[in-house]
Order: sequence, then structure tokens, then C-alpha cells
Amino acid sequence: MADKKEFKMKELNVESAGRSQLASKIVRLTITYIFLTIMAIIIIFPFYWMIISSFKTMEEYRANVPTLWPQTFYLENFVTAFDKANLWDLFLHTLLVGTISTVLSLIVTVLSAFAFARLNFKGKNFVFGLLMATMMVPGELYTITNFMTVTGWMPFASEPVSWLDFTNTFAVLIFPMLVSVFYIYLLRQTFLQIPNELYLAAKVDGTSDFKYLWKVMLPLSVSTIITITILKMMGAWNAYIWPRLVANDAAHQLITNGLRGASFTDQFGETNYPAQMAAVTIVSIPLFLIFVFLRKYIMRGVSRSGIKG
Amino acid sequence: MKIILQNLTKIFPSKNKKSNDVVVAVNDLNIEIPDGTLVGLLGPSGCGKSTTLYMICGLQKPTEGKVFFGDKDVTFLEPEHRGVGLVFQNYALYPHLTVKQNILFPLQNLKGDQKLSKEEALKRAREAADLVQIGDLMDRKPSELSGGQQQRVAIARALVKAPRVLLLDEPLSNLDARLRLQTREEIKRIQRETGVTTVFVTHDQEEAMSISDIIVVMKEGVVQQVGEPQKVYDDPDNLFVAKFLGTPPINVFDGSVSGGSLYIGSEKVLDDVNVPDRPVVVGLRPEGFVPDENGRFSGKLKSVEVMGRDSSIVFTSEFSQKPSARAIVDSEAGTPLDAEGNVHFNLKRTKVHIFDAENGNRIRF
Amino acid sequence: MKKDSLKSSRDLKKLRTDIGSRNQLKGWLYLAPALLLLLIFSFYPLINTFKMAFQNGYNGLAIVGGESFTLGIENFKSVVNFVDFKLCLKNTILLCVITVPISTILALLIAVALNSIKPLQKIYQTVFFLPYVTNSIAIGMVFNAMFTRVGIGDLIETQGIINNILKIFNLGPYNFVNVGSSWGANMFVVCTYIVWNAIPFKILVLLGGLQNVNKQYYEAAKIDGTSKIRTFFRITVPLLSPMLAYVIITSFIGGFKEYSSVVGIFGEGMGPGDNGQMNTIVGYVYKMLPKSQLGNASAASLILFGIILIVTAINGYVSKKSVHY
Repeated sequence: MADKKEFKMKELNVESAGRSQLASKIVRLTITYIFLTIMAIIIIFPFYWMIISSFKTMEEYRANVPTLWPQTFYLENFVTAFDKANLWDLFLHTLLVGTISTVLSLIVTVLSAFAFARLNFKGKNFVFGLLMATMMVPGELYTITNFMTVTGWMPFASEPVSWLDFTNTFAVLIFPMLVSVFYIYLLRQTFLQIPNELYLAAKVDGTSDFKYLWKVMLPLSVSTIITITILKMMGAWNAYIWPRLVANDAAHQLITNGLRGASFTDQFGETNYPAQMAAVTIVSIPLFLIFVFLRKYIMRGVSRSGIKG
Repeated sequence: MKIILQNLTKIFPSKNKKSNDVVVAVNDLNIEIPDGTLVGLLGPSGCGKSTTLYMICGLQKPTEGKVFFGDKDVTFLEPEHRGVGLVFQNYALYPHLTVKQNILFPLQNLKGDQKLSKEEALKRAREAADLVQIGDLMDRKPSELSGGQQQRVAIARALVKAPRVLLLDEPLSNLDARLRLQTREEIKRIQRETGVTTVFVTHDQEEAMSISDIIVVMKEGVVQQVGEPQKVYDDPDNLFVAKFLGTPPINVFDGSVSGGSLYIGSEKVLDDVNVPDRPVVVGLRPEGFVPDENGRFSGKLKSVEVMGRDSSIVFTSEFSQKPSARAIVDSEAGTPLDAEGNVHFNLKRTKVHIFDAENGNRIRF
Repeated sequence: MKKDSLKSSRDLKKLRTDIGSRNQLKGWLYLAPALLLLLIFSFYPLINTFKMAFQNGYNGLAIVGGESFTLGIENFKSVVNFVDFKLCLKNTILLCVITVPISTILALLIAVALNSIKPLQKIYQTVFFLPYVTNSIAIGMVFNAMFTRVGIGDLIETQGIINNILKIFNLGPYNFVNVGSSWGANMFVVCTYIVWNAIPFKILVLLGGLQNVNKQYYEAAKIDGTSKIRTFFRITVPLLSPMLAYVIITSFIGGFKEYSSVVGIFGEGMGPGDNGQMNTIVGYVYKMLPKSQLGNASAASLILFGIILIVTAINGYVSKKSVHY
């Protein structure tokens, strides 16, 4: 460069630079690990507190100076939890609703995704655009009318139609939420990645669309199907608002609104926190297991959607 | 700034975690790079040339050996303290910054008494941009530039802080053929104008030969030969170097030395070969053939490709290590054929190299 | 067929759809189950919500009485003027404004820290993703338990673990969630919970983004002697800006729909002693619903929709200006 002579680059100072770079590296790493450890403790603390509290006796829980590890493991809390919150029934209801919803939802999703990904018909793009647009709409907007619909308030009638009142049935927990535009989108994207040549080859061989879907596309899309299954089951497990509105009787309650609605307060007005924490722990365990063993499937859906589990 | 690499060795753990194998990327490398020269590190991919470059700039630390800048040992100095400029293979221009901001970036890092005023920094950036002739692109984003322009920006960014050493990693590999030719002249010019010691890495021997003051030929982490390009071409130390340099490549035949003469098959192609009797490998540069009806060396003619002034005569020989051999001759010389369709040559002595048949080492005669 | 012989566009179309031409009906058949359900449970409600919102005083009980309604924006007026709704709006906006920046910054710092270490990285990563799959009602109950004091007045037996921890730093004890606790204290608890709950998703997205950033940008910066802080602000943040925009938009939308976190902590009373002082917009909608205040509920939900659209639009505009490539 023209100013080659003027430029003053710092002298190469090997010794001091070497020492300072090592020192600053150690300081930086130490700060990083301290920060991560503190944040990790904060993140993990509620789980830790939930679990140890579930093993404490009421006396220990109420102790003025809290204990960080239960003195004795008081398993009675779990019995109380099952008892007070009716957990067995809640489990069964949730499992039933979750399984049926998942199976039906998969059928509907697979058929729609196939139509969008592989079939050609007039209006396809319009309908797809319309569905995508509904992803913007907050679900609360639908809930009001859906609540009316399932309680038998029909637009044509001036009063609720009693035979159309579906409150406190399992059907009402399954059908209104059955179609998820997001799942259709997710599966369509997966289908689109399967080369079209396979479809054309199958056509040449005289394979029917349905057989092609069943024999070729589904096996190639297993991981997306698993993702949808997990998300849908977790949806049933975590559903609160809708079940609370339309099926909150003891015979149909799902786990989350059952848990929130359960009373752990005794006749003296005292809340049995250890039993409550035991119930919460039980409800959380399946989610932990899913997280540990099936995390990668959840992550696939997550990074594209932003929906919470 | 003179650079000395002393016993430089870099060993990587194997990618396969279970095995205890290691990969020796660079093995006991010794080179001295004089101040102000343009040096090409040349070799096939995986020969350790990029690793060597990264050790010079400090992004990788050698397992053994030392790196000196001048008389200072910088082996364990972090890259930011070395004062080097590096141009990455894919340029690594910050995509969110304009050309001007990209070039200014290194200057804005300067601290203390080196800190530049805004005007001064801008002036320097402008000079660097003018040097690589991108002065009129200063407000564009990298995504709006062609590959060649991005390359220039990357060079300007590396040069703007007036580095002791300029390092380029495969600088031409992402450019199309036409730009490549133009850009390599450009690199040569920039290096001449700035006088900065420059080391670049390439797998393209033509590229290295055409612009380097010195080339370093490497293979599997080991330096094969260091020297001026023409000297290395004319006087290769071993068969690998001879094969690697030159387009079209050198022709290789199985031969032998017997009674002071060089034989290929039964043909006595060269006299006065002062080597004890032994089987050898003979390398014949394409330009080393002189067509002659009475020539001592012959092969079966396959085709003649006339390319203006020169012609290339393609022939086969049962002793050639490749299916066919190629001679580049003056088009006017003609192609002397005998009745069996064989073409005959005499050989230019300086274009004939013989190598040990076992280890490929050059046998000078 | 020669190009010239294709006269009408209809011929062209025929050529294009060759294989799919028999699928006209089939396509709709495959879509039928989904469309039917969506028609009943999505499209009809969407229209119906607008209809109800713009019928003055639309009320479930009044329909039964056979009353008819005039069109207008009375519902919106009454919702907006309703003290309850103003509180809900204030709570919701504050929740967003407080939790989105805090959780985003924390998640960004954690993601960058995680990305910069090698030993133990996987373990830390697992810990930080842990709250991602939780039941927000259930863990809300845990937060409630951590902040709750047991007992009344002089008879308080335990102040709750959080107060006990704060005591180490000579703070408190505070009444966070018990009856009589202040709005500010409640807000603190809810915000803490939301931040805690929001961090894993953000770390996940941002860490994914960081791992996709070409390492050479950092090497280039290092060679130029760029300080860590400057590298963070001038390289990491701009290169992550698409991911940052994404997590900010999604968490704003999530924040405006906040409901279950508050229910988890306070129950459906949406406040200590069911006083409703932490209620949110969604909470307001659900409060109106069983009361047959359908016009008001619809209007409130449309206001929520409007807010979400505006936030998305603003975010889109801002990110167009600041997301760099």
C-alpha cells in the first residue's frame, strides 16, 4: 500500500500477549460456566422442589426452615394424590381421548396432506392458502362459537336444541380440535420431499393412489407421523381450556383440568401441598419420559412451529 | 516479514471416536519464507497445505514445532496478536454489512495508540478498496456482488490493517475459469504493490506456477520440494513433483539403465547416462520430443491434434504407465510415420528425468 | 405434438394436467373430512364471531327470548369501557412487555454461552430444554407452592421456599401470592414463571441458529482482533436476527394469548383469593362466555385478534428494517 512505511503495527510482543490471552481465556470460561450453572439451577429448581416436596410429610413441608432433602420418604402422598384427584380416571379419560383423537387426526391429516402434495385439482392452491391463513387466527376466536355449537345453540334455532347438546361427552373433546392445519402443513412438506418420479413410476405400474399413499409415502414419512402423534398426545395431556368449558364432569374430565380442579384442602381449610405436588409429579412423569426418549421428534415439529407442548 | 516454519507438525485425532488412530496432517515441515515474497503452497487435497496456512495465521496450534515471524516465536500467539490478514476460501464476508463496513471492520477493532480517527479509517478503507479496484461498490451488500468482486472485498478487508503477512486459502477456487486468470494476475499485482509477504494455498499447479515467487509442493503432510516454480519444474526432486507440475502432465514410462544408456523397452533412447545398471521410471516432458524419422524412441500413433503453432501427438506404448502418451511439437515439424504406423522421436536430454522404480526419488545423471 | 398445433390455452392446460386430470373429484374427496370439520369448527365460527361482535348487546339469554339485535359497535365500546377489560388489557400488555425482552435476552446469553463451551455442553443443553415439555398448569401449581406462605398472621409456619431463599440475601419476606398480596407481587410471580417457561424454546431456536452460522465469520473476526463483546454485537446478533425476530414474534403472540400460566398459579379466580387482579384478555373472553355475554366475548376476542395482527405487522416491519439479509 502507498502508506506502507507510515503504518505502525504494534510490535510483536510475544510474552505479554501470550500471558494475557491465557488469563483472559480462563476468566472467560470461568464466567461462562458460572453463568450456565446458575441458570441451570434456576431452570431445574422447580422440578427439584416439586419432587422433593412430594415425598415430605405435611409437618416437614411446613417446617419453618425448609429441608432440601426429605427426612423420610412419605409415599402416602401419592396414594392421597390418586385418591383426591381421581388420577386413575383422569388417566383413562385422557388416554382414551388422546388415542382416538390421534388416530382420527392422523387419518384426516394424511388424506389432506396427500391431496395437497400429490393430487392436481382446481382450487387446490386457493384452499391451501385459505388453510394457511387460518393459522394466524387465535384459537379463542373459534372457541366462543364452538362452545355454542356443541351446547346446541344453532344459528337457525331460537333456543338451544337439546338433542344437539354434546357437553359432557368424549366426542366433544375429540372432534372440534381434530383438524390441525399445522399438522397438514408439516406432513405436506414431508410428502413434497418424496420425489415425484416415484409417484409417476407407480402410476405407470398401475398402482392406485391409495395404495401408493399407503405403501410408499407413509413408510417414507414415518418420523413426521411420529412427531404428529407425540404432539397430539401431548395436546390431550395438556389441554385445559376446552375440556374445562365443555366436559368438566367427573366422568369425562381430562388430566389437566382434573388436576387444577382437584381439591387438596382438608376440612380445616389447609391445603395438603405434598399430596398436590405428588399429583403434579405424576402428571409430569409421562412428559419427562417423552422428553428423554422422543426428544428429537418433538424438536422437528418445534423448530418450525413455535407451538408449545 | 520473514516467516520460518520449524519442524512443524500437526496431528488430529481420528474422526472415528472409537479408534485411537490419528491423522498426521502436517509432518515435520521446515520452510523459510523470505520477506516480501509470494509463496504458493501446492498439493492435492488433503496434503496438509490448508492446515499449514491455518498454523501460520494461528487459528490452529501445531502439535509440535515452531512458527517464527522474523526472529519472534509466535507459535502460541493468538491470531489477533500476529497481525495477519486471511482471505478465506469462500471469503467469509459479513453478509449483513456493506462493502465499506466490511473493509472498515478490522480498523474499528484497533485499540489504544493504534486507534484511528473516523476520517483516517475511512481514508484507509478507501485506499484498500481502490487498490483492489472496488471503489465504486462501497455501499453494496456482499450478496449483490459477483464472486470476483467478493474476492476483491475479502482481499481489501485483509489488507486494510496493513498486515505483516497476507494469507489466502484457495483464493481462486470459487471463481469461473475466465475470472480465475484475471484474478491471479490481480493478486500478483497487489502483492507487488504492497510488498507484503503473501502465502496462498492451491491445488492447481498452473495457478501456483504462474504467480508464485516460490512454490512449496506438499504430499500427505510432507514437503516434497521448495523452490522457484521454473526450477522445480525443470529439476523435480521426485516422481510425485514431476507428475504434479505441468500441463499436459509428464509422460511416464518403465525403463532401465544398462551399460550407461537409458532403455525404454528395447529402444536405446539416451546415451551417456551415468548411472549403475538398474530398472528405472522414465519421465518425459511433452515438450521434450523432437520428431525424427530416425528417432530412437517410437510409439504407435493414435491421433494428432493441431492447435495453431503447436501440435500434440498422442501415441501409445506398451511401456507407458498410462494408456496413451502425449508429445507437444512444433506444427511445422510434421509427424514422421513408418510403415507400421509408428511415430519416431529423439529426446531432449534436459526434458528426460529418471526416477528410482521403488521410491520414486530422482536419479540425476 | 408440435408447439404450433397447441392453439388454445385449454390445450395447454390439458397437457399440463395430463396425469392429474382424472383427479378433480378425487382431490376434493381426500380433502373432504378435513374441510368438513374445518367448515364447522373454524370457518363458521370465524364468521359467526364477527356477526356476534357487531350485533349490539348480543346475549345468549336474549336469543332464547327471541330478541333481535341492531348492528353496531356497542359491544366493542362496552368491552373497552369495562373496568375489568382494561385491567386485563393492562395485565396482558405488561406481561408481554416485561417477559419477551427478558426471556429473549436470557435465552440469547445462554445459547451463546452453550455454544462456546465443549465439556458438559450436552448435559447443560438437556437441562435447559427440560421445561420445554411441561404442563403449564401443573408447573404453575409448583410455582404457586414455592411462593406460597402457609399459615396466617403470627401463625405462619413456612414463608415458602422463595422467601426462605430471599432471606439469605436479607430480603423479604414478601406476600407473593397469598390472599391480600399486591398486584405488583403477583405480576412478579407470573412474569417469573412465564420467563422460566419461555426460555427453552428460545434457546432451542437460537442455539440452532448459532450452530448454523459459518464458523469462518468468527475466525475472520478473531484474526482481526475483534473483542468478544464487539463480535457478539456486530456479528452474532445481526447473523441471528432472523431467528431473534422469529422468537420475538412467536413469544409476543403467545404472550397476548396468555392464560394458562395465570390459571396454573392462581386457579380460575385469576388472582389471590379469586379476586381476578391478574386476569388477561383470554381470561376475560372465557369469563364472559358462560355468562352468555356472547357479544362482549366475541368483541374481546376480535380485539385480541386485532392486537396480534398489529403486533405481527409491526414485528414484520421492524424485522424488515433490522434483519440484515
